[in-house]
Amino acid sequence: MAETDAAISVRGLCKDFDGFEVLRDIDLDLAPGTTTCILGPSGSGKSTFLRCLNWLEEPSAGSVHIDGKPIGRSGNGRATRPMARRELASTRTSIAMVFQHFALWPHLTVLGNVTEAPVHVLGRPKREAEEEGRAILARVGLTEKADVYPHTLSGGQKQRVAISRALAMRPKVILFDEPTSALDPEMVGEVLSVIRELAREGLTMVIVTHEMSFAREIADTIVFMDGGRIREIAAPTDFFTNPQSDRARRFIFRP
Amino acid sequence: MNGLLVVWESRDVFLWGAANTLSLVLGCLLLSIPIGILGAVVLTEAPDPLRRLFAEAVDLLRCVPFLLLAYVVYYGLPELGLRLDPWWAGLMSLTVYTTAYLAEIFRAAFRAVAPDNIEAAHAFGLSRSLIYRRIILPQVAITAAPVIGNQVITTIRDSALLMIITVQELTFAANFVSANHFTPFAPFAAAVGLYLLMSFVVEAGVRRMERVRKGRYG
Repeated sequence: MAETDAAISVRGLCKDFDGFEVLRDIDLDLAPGTTTCILGPSGSGKSTFLRCLNWLEEPSAGSVHIDGKPIGRSGNGRATRPMARRELASTRTSIAMVFQHFALWPHLTVLGNVTEAPVHVLGRPKREAEEEGRAILARVGLTEKADVYPHTLSGGQKQRVAISRALAMRPKVILFDEPTSALDPEMVGEVLSVIRELAREGLTMVIVTHEMSFAREIADTIVFMDGGRIREIAAPTDFFTNPQSDRARRFIFRP
Repeated sequence: MNGLLVVWESRDVFLWGAANTLSLVLGCLLLSIPIGILGAVVLTEAPDPLRRLFAEAVDLLRCVPFLLLAYVVYYGLPELGLRLDPWWAGLMSLTVYTTAYLAEIFRAAFRAVAPDNIEAAHAFGLSRSLIYRRIILPQVAITAAPVIGNQVITTIRDSALLMIITVQELTFAANFVSANHFTPFAPFAAAVGLYLLMSFVVEAGVRRMERVRKGRYG
């Protein structure tokens, strides 16, 4: 795939924290309309990698392009420089994120959470954004929760609000950082079924998850990470039935 | 009985005093809340030499007894060529003093906002000024209301010291009435009552924000 056709294109990405290398030389291209699940043991760098994609974590080296546009550093080749804050903020509007611990804004209603960025960042008319927000909330089964505050919701409902907030940006890409890890087991299903629906509609999604059977079911591509590197990129059936590396084999066929 | 009569007959003196106290406190808040917020932003965001300088200035101000600050402004500044009316000198010292406290209160309140919802704001492309305006300050207004209310009550009480630099505020009025009629108790009690009334209004505001907080944060 040519670099410019990719929804996300990563080249030579490295990240270290105080000399400790967390990500090593990562290259990755993800096609638009595909769902990618990033798997790997704890500490393999999955979440850090995801957070580098929208520059919440600043890589030590390398580049990230979203839909052909650079994020974090502008310019080409070696002559890049850090983006101005404003430019970085506006680049981020094309990448939405769903966090492990929801990170909803507690002082805003559910609908307020969903319309905040569309109205104040993208400048959409408030009424239009609210109509669209209510429609999105209806899609995730939260019609009657639009006007309540987040603290009244269950974990599963909060995460569905967080997904709605992401959808309302009409982003090119949605990043999910372990979206079900903080949920009670009986609430995992409702969140996964929303994500499954989105995958079917052809959104471009990158999901860091520990839900193996879910990844196998919905992913177009599995990215397996270990020790800060990508060890394997494969279709789910190949990855789960015939992993190429020892490390992946041990990861999948855990006793 | 006689004392109450004196108070009633001097009611316009009391009203004038209360009006001055109120105008000083409101004027002070109108200035020191926005400046305090800006100060807190500097204390949070500024690069190190500036931030350190600011932090030291705030700490220094908080160590100075308020009365001394009022003396410096009213009696000291004329020596440097700045002569202010008592009321303006009062407003200036009250504002400088309250601002130092509020800057520290707001700084702590900024830090108490959950980092993950600030991070989410960054992820959704909110600019720094939007993050302050839309995410941090509304939460600070809700969660820091009790501390801010406390500071407002302290400011009301501090304003009484301004009688020393001849500001005709409420305590000055009570003192004036009691000295002229040789009845200390009733005039001072009346002043205490009026101060209480002002504090009750502040308390009511704080309780209201507390209800908002319960509604939103559980």
